[in-house]
Amino acid sequence: MNLKTKALKKSLWVYHMSGGSCNNCDIEILDCLTPKFDIERFGMVLVGSPRHADVLLCTGIVNKKCVERVKEVYKQTAKPCVVVAIGSCACSGGMFRDGYQMGGPLDTIIPVDVYIPGCPPKPEAMIAGIVKFLEKLK
Amino acid sequence: MNNKQQNTKKVVVPIGPYHPLLEEPEFFALYCEGEKVVDVEWQAGYNHRGIEKLSESKHWDQVTFLVERICGICSTSHPFAYCNSVEDLLGITVPERARYIRSIIGELERLHSHLLWVGLAGHFLGYNTVFMWAWKYREPVLDIFEIISGNRNHYAMFKVGGVRRDIENEDIPKIRKVLGELKGQIEMLTGAVLDDPVLAARLKGVGVLTKEHIKNFGAVGPVARASGVDIDVRRDDPYAAYPLVEWKVITTENGDVFDKAVVRLLECFESIKIISQCLDAIEGKKGEIQGEIREVPPGEGIGRHEAPRGECFHYIRSDGTNRPVRHKIRAPSYVNIPTFKASCIGQTIADVAIILAGVDPCYCCTERVAIYDAEKKKKLYDFKYLVEKSKEKTEKIRKEI
Amino acid sequence: MKEIIELLKENLGNIIKDIKVHNDKRIYLTIEKEDIKSCTKIIFKDRNARYIIASGIENFDSFEILYHFGFDKSGTIVSIRTYLDKEKPEIESLTDIIPGISYIEREMWELLGINFTGHPELKHFLLRDDWEKGNYPLRKETYEQ
Repeated sequence: MNLKTKALKKSLWVYHMSGGSCNNCDIEILDCLTPKFDIERFGMVLVGSPRHADVLLCTGIVNKKCVERVKEVYKQTAKPCVVVAIGSCACSGGMFRDGYQMGGPLDTIIPVDVYIPGCPPKPEAMIAGIVKFLEKLK
Repeated sequence: MNNKQQNTKKVVVPIGPYHPLLEEPEFFALYCEGEKVVDVEWQAGYNHRGIEKLSESKHWDQVTFLVERICGICSTSHPFAYCNSVEDLLGITVPERARYIRSIIGELERLHSHLLWVGLAGHFLGYNTVFMWAWKYREPVLDIFEIISGNRNHYAMFKVGGVRRDIENEDIPKIRKVLGELKGQIEMLTGAVLDDPVLAARLKGVGVLTKEHIKNFGAVGPVARASGVDIDVRRDDPYAAYPLVEWKVITTENGDVFDKAVVRLLECFESIKIISQCLDAIEGKKGEIQGEIREVPPGEGIGRHEAPRGECFHYIRSDGTNRPVRHKIRAPSYVNIPTFKASCIGQTIADVAIILAGVDPCYCCTERVAIYDAEKKKKLYDFKYLVEKSKEKTEKIRKEI
Repeated sequence: MKEIIELLKENLGNIIKDIKVHNDKRIYLTIEKEDIKSCTKIIFKDRNARYIIASGIENFDSFEILYHFGFDKSGTIVSIRTYLDKEKPEIESLTDIIPGISYIEREMWELLGINFTGHPELKHFLLRDDWEKGNYPLRKETYEQ
């Protein structure tokens, strides 16, 4: 494990980005922060700028209007950066895949490291997904 | 608009489309003179998924699942309105037990949505205690949903002609217990929020909407009711179990953000009242929960539901096949958001975030605000500066009250 | 309900082409597209109906716009139906009567290709600014492709 990966694993700072979702995944992400799940005890914090982020949580189908913006946000993040596709829409397009506004799914636009399916995935599933990924990094 | 030319002289504050914490990407450009906002431009579409078109390719039963995914917070409002619209076309009534179950789901959703808003409003003001507090109380409601439907959100309970799942008798005591606890908790939260001098100073008289504004923009729901416009689809156009139970419509007169908070918090108690009456009505009984529907004849139907954010409107047209020919959806925020034209203009930048949040469109922008001088393309203020400003103002007001 | 029909007939008697009562709470009126402005003025300004929304629909031989208005005291919805040419769909904008209608008119303009004369800023609202001209997603033939 090189230094960068070691530093990355310590305390993940998370930036959340919605690319045309029904905002249920977004709510569940926010739910992770609140007292019941409280991911801050693992040192995970939602940050306000992609430049501070170690992890990019992306939800939604990424519609045609969002594509440029999503690329831009990904460019702004400090590398190495883990991209997590949250929810069925981000993973595969879900029931919107035939729509005229479909610009994604996410992995056709930016490289994705972790897929967490579900509509919406439960907060437990999100935490489990991240933990599994961290184990893989060893 | 020809004020575009004038606007180039003013400072432009872009809000969005990406803001770090929450929700849909949405873009607002604030045109400012000093601290004052003089014009606002709204650009939507970052969340547009073409659901109206997709709906034409799904059959009548599948559409309920599709419209459920319009919004994650009001994920029962759209199926509710859609089912109402198809039933309006068919001219059928739903079995009584299904009507009670529909109302229970609808009101539980209002509970969790209003709590979510209170939390977020606190968060926008930099009052994170309220945020954590309200969201903690919201969790048990989601747990009830998990007991009833198997999922925390997107409950998939609705079906044209009835509901998909019954509420089991052994679950009812659990629901009652949670509701009982929740009532006390919300009472405490309401007391704490409404008595807080800082919140009062920050919210009273901010973003006032008059009755005239409400009429011009067609605003609905708590936004309209906070301005004294007494409309509520549940009472005006009764459906489901709402005519069968006792409750009242909450209205206030001032139309500022504080009153919107009051309306939402007090509505929570009405929701609890409705749910317990509905539970009384179905407890220990058995009954049909689905009507039988063979086919949908040609025609058109309009369905409405009072979603947590206001009237949700669906128009469907059928040509006798198993798919809708046209499905028009109007979510409440579509008419509520444009009221910013009336409420934001003339206010200070620090207040705009909470005014925009006041209509509950779900977003959080303050951290993404960057102020540019439109002529020099130079960054003037950053987030830190704005937070300082906001704190200063709060301090100043605190001394005054 | 009867009162509302009376009221409509009294105020709009000469311009109503057809009136269809679906049930107690739903009334559909048909009028000519030239009358839309005077009709909304009466319903919205004088009779205090609440503007709900407008829905644009493409038919085989015409375009159709339904303007939905709510009379909240009785819970009735009055939908004003008007037909436009298939070849050149065009209608007067109602933005000067109902300020809030601006967004839905922009939406119908970009998704269905209906032109609203007199609209102050007819530009893209939901779709990208560089969206292909002549590609209207809600039209039926677009879907067939």
